Amino acid sequence: MITLNVNEKNFEVDVAPDTPLLWVLRDQLQLTGTKYSCGIGECGACTVHIDNEAVRSCQVPVQEAVDKKITTIEGLPENHPVKAAWVAEEVVQCGYCQPGQIMQATAFLAKFPEALDADIDREMTGICRCGTYPRIRTAIHRAAKASAKGGKP
Amino acid sequence: MSQIFNCSRRDFCKTSALLGTGLVLGFYLPGCQKKEVIPPASGPFKPNAFIQIAPDDTVTFFINKSEMGQGVYTSLPMLIAEELEVDWKKIKIEAAPVAPEYNHTQWGNLQGTGGSTSIRSTFDQLRTAGASGRVMLIQAAAQIWEVPPASCKVEGGKVIHPKGEKNLSYGTLAGAAAKLQPPKEVPLKPAASFKIIGKPRARLDTPAKVNGTAEFGIDVKRPNLLTAVIARPPVFGATLKEFNGEAAKAVPGVKEVVQVDSGVAVVAESFWAAKLGRDVLEIKWDDGPLAKLDSATQGKEYAALAQKPGLVAANRGDAAAALAGAAKKIEAVYEMPYLAHAPMEPLNCVADVRADGCEIWVGTQMQTLDRNAAAEVCGLSQEKVKLHTTFLGGGFGRRAVGDSHFVREAVQVSKAMQAPVKVVWTREDDIRGGYYRPRAYHAVRGALGEDNLLAAWEQRIVCQSIVKGTPFEEALMKEGIDHTSVEGIIDLSYAVPNLQVEYQMAPAGVPVLWWRSVGHSFTAFVKECFVDELANAAGQDPLAFRKQLLVEHPRQVALLDLLAEKAGWGKPEQGRAQGLAIHESFGSIVAQVAEVTVEDNKIKVQRVVCAVDCGQTVNPDTIVAQMQSAIYFGMAAALHDAITFKNGRVEQSNFHDYPMPRLAEMPVVEVHIMPSKEKPGGIGEPGVPPIAPAIANAVFAANKMRLRTLPLTLAPPAKTPAAAPKGGKKKKK
Repeated sequence: MITLNVNEKNFEVDVAPDTPLLWVLRDQLQLTGTKYSCGIGECGACTVHIDNEAVRSCQVPVQEAVDKKITTIEGLPENHPVKAAWVAEEVVQCGYCQPGQIMQATAFLAKFPEALDADIDREMTGICRCGTYPRIRTAIHRAAKASAKGGKP
Repeated sequence: MSQIFNCSRRDFCKTSALLGTGLVLGFYLPGCQKKEVIPPASGPFKPNAFIQIAPDDTVTFFINKSEMGQGVYTSLPMLIAEELEVDWKKIKIEAAPVAPEYNHTQWGNLQGTGGSTSIRSTFDQLRTAGASGRVMLIQAAAQIWEVPPASCKVEGGKVIHPKGEKNLSYGTLAGAAAKLQPPKEVPLKPAASFKIIGKPRARLDTPAKVNGTAEFGIDVKRPNLLTAVIARPPVFGATLKEFNGEAAKAVPGVKEVVQVDSGVAVVAESFWAAKLGRDVLEIKWDDGPLAKLDSATQGKEYAALAQKPGLVAANRGDAAAALAGAAKKIEAVYEMPYLAHAPMEPLNCVADVRADGCEIWVGTQMQTLDRNAAAEVCGLSQEKVKLHTTFLGGGFGRRAVGDSHFVREAVQVSKAMQAPVKVVWTREDDIRGGYYRPRAYHAVRGALGEDNLLAAWEQRIVCQSIVKGTPFEEALMKEGIDHTSVEGIIDLSYAVPNLQVEYQMAPAGVPVLWWRSVGHSFTAFVKECFVDELANAAGQDPLAFRKQLLVEHPRQVALLDLLAEKAGWGKPEQGRAQGLAIHESFGSIVAQVAEVTVEDNKIKVQRVVCAVDCGQTVNPDTIVAQMQSAIYFGMAAALHDAITFKNGRVEQSNFHDYPMPRLAEMPVVEVHIMPSKEKPGGIGEPGVPPIAPAIANAVFAANKMRLRTLPLTLAPPAKTPAAAPKGGKKKKK
């Protein structure tokens, strides 16, 4: 049995220790907001936070996430400024990659609160096949401004 | 009188009785405040298949188009709401079940989504549905109030009494309205009265897609659901010789290994177990006739086919004669590769086959065919199959297949397991799984007259057929010509007295399918690059040259003028070069200017200005989003992607070798919508065709390199001349 702390709750799962965290989240914990798309760490659809760092959960063996704080899209507060910015900027199209983009963006803003374009270009490396990138960029700027005014990123 | 008779309905009845019969019945008592008798609702009011109004005022719209990002779960409700006059906040969306009422209005007995038809094919249908519901609700209220229906108004989900002092909510009226007959004809608002249509509206699916609760097919949860991955043939057309599932079954969590039409399925308690099981499956294939398929060899075969006359798809004048006698002529060969759709959500399907019925959960663009296929596999009647359409994590055509292969295999596995099963394709299955945009080889010749205008255009197209042998053949194949191979060029907008388009169907084998914008994705590339070549040969500006040739197409000319103004045509930023393209498809016209830089043999698209004329708009922000999306989608293909074969095997497998541009590569995109009163055009696809030629034309403007092969490649330099073996040398003026 492996114990995981996900979204501030403890879960016991019976899986092989090298199972990718992505599939433990999706299949064992039924947290399907975290998406599978490439399985090789290229696309970022499976991005979650481990101890506040954005990671691609398809590349993390579940044993490496033990004793750490895992946050998925389901654990992000409803009033989070990044979510609010995503809504305000009408970012989504098919929506499949967006949980991963949002998790990437929240971790990004914690590190780069000024959200300079050069930093966005370098750090926001997830794939969106609908090409919502221009709106992802404006949404990050919006969230950065909202956070600077007092909201917590 | 109304002051005197301040009576309730009951009082009025008593009075009538006292006064005796006959006499009082002729009395009209205006303003008499009768007690309203509102029939209770036994259930919701369903004026038609698209609308349901519950007694608690909840309004549900059943949407028969699949939401795959294009915004139909918002734009189609806008059409209904415009006429129904409902409180937008109370609207709930449900995916329509499979039923004849939801058939596509232009596709016969098929329910489905594609061809950028969702708005175009429902614009009247859904407004009429909304108006019909409204008329019935008004009628119900008017009967209760005993007032003429025409004197009542509606607003925000309420019918308002002629005097304005009271109203009845739609929910309250549900019971009364349900007893009425739908009107045979309803008047529709003129465009000038639209309150919703044509004004930006927030997407209804955004909240669920932002908090992770939106359910895609891959997310479907059922009790005791198993997951399967399928070992698929390594070569298209390969057949299974033998397999040994023992090692796979030894993997913890693996339940069973079963053979299905598409390969060998490893069924497990979880995806990861199934995938590990598949990894160790012992399996032997007979590679079949495509065992030696090789992209370079295939290219030569296509070139050889292009030497032979093809079936004539378009003909006017005598192009051959005009070319023979022309003083100035050019010729070129354009080549475009197979392309995978690569939607972010890999294909998947949940099937639950039971003795008495079958349920399917799937992100599909082709509900009727999929439902029927499931019924066939199960040996059940079609009514016994219930198909639930989930959100689609991208479609781009990949989820609109004629053979329902990704539904059939799930049904087969579930049937074998006698349990609910979700089949999930890995990304590798997707990239290597076929159903590609076909490869195409276009040999084109053009001539200029003494006036430097277009004198002749001849184009020979070698391409596999998408529709041959599918349920779509009857509609889209005429006299041996697959319309999807020649669309976008047989109806050439540019004025030319001599036109010849010929079609050589390339041999079947690799499964091919429509890919966002279908034939236009390559015909526009050839047309818009070659017209640029002709402009150059004529020594003219590409914009001015096009406009002269579009005299019969004022909407295109107007759009080019708008584009030129917004893009600053002819005045690119320092160090950048501009390229232009315009194309009409799916009932809309899109023109784009790409501004590029070329450094170290690398093409970087810096800015794209896009002008779109799609007629009457519905949700303008969705139009902007679809243009941004189409530009991205087309750019990815223009600069990066190709599916190629070696020894029968697809050489690519995932996003590391079938790469997708990331945010940093996305150009600045500016979208301008031409105001229009024309009927609505399509919007999901028409933004794709112009971007590849606009980029290629910009590269030519930058460095005089005419790139005629997709993806556009400047390094190694040897590749460019190879793309145009027959010439491509322009005769300079």
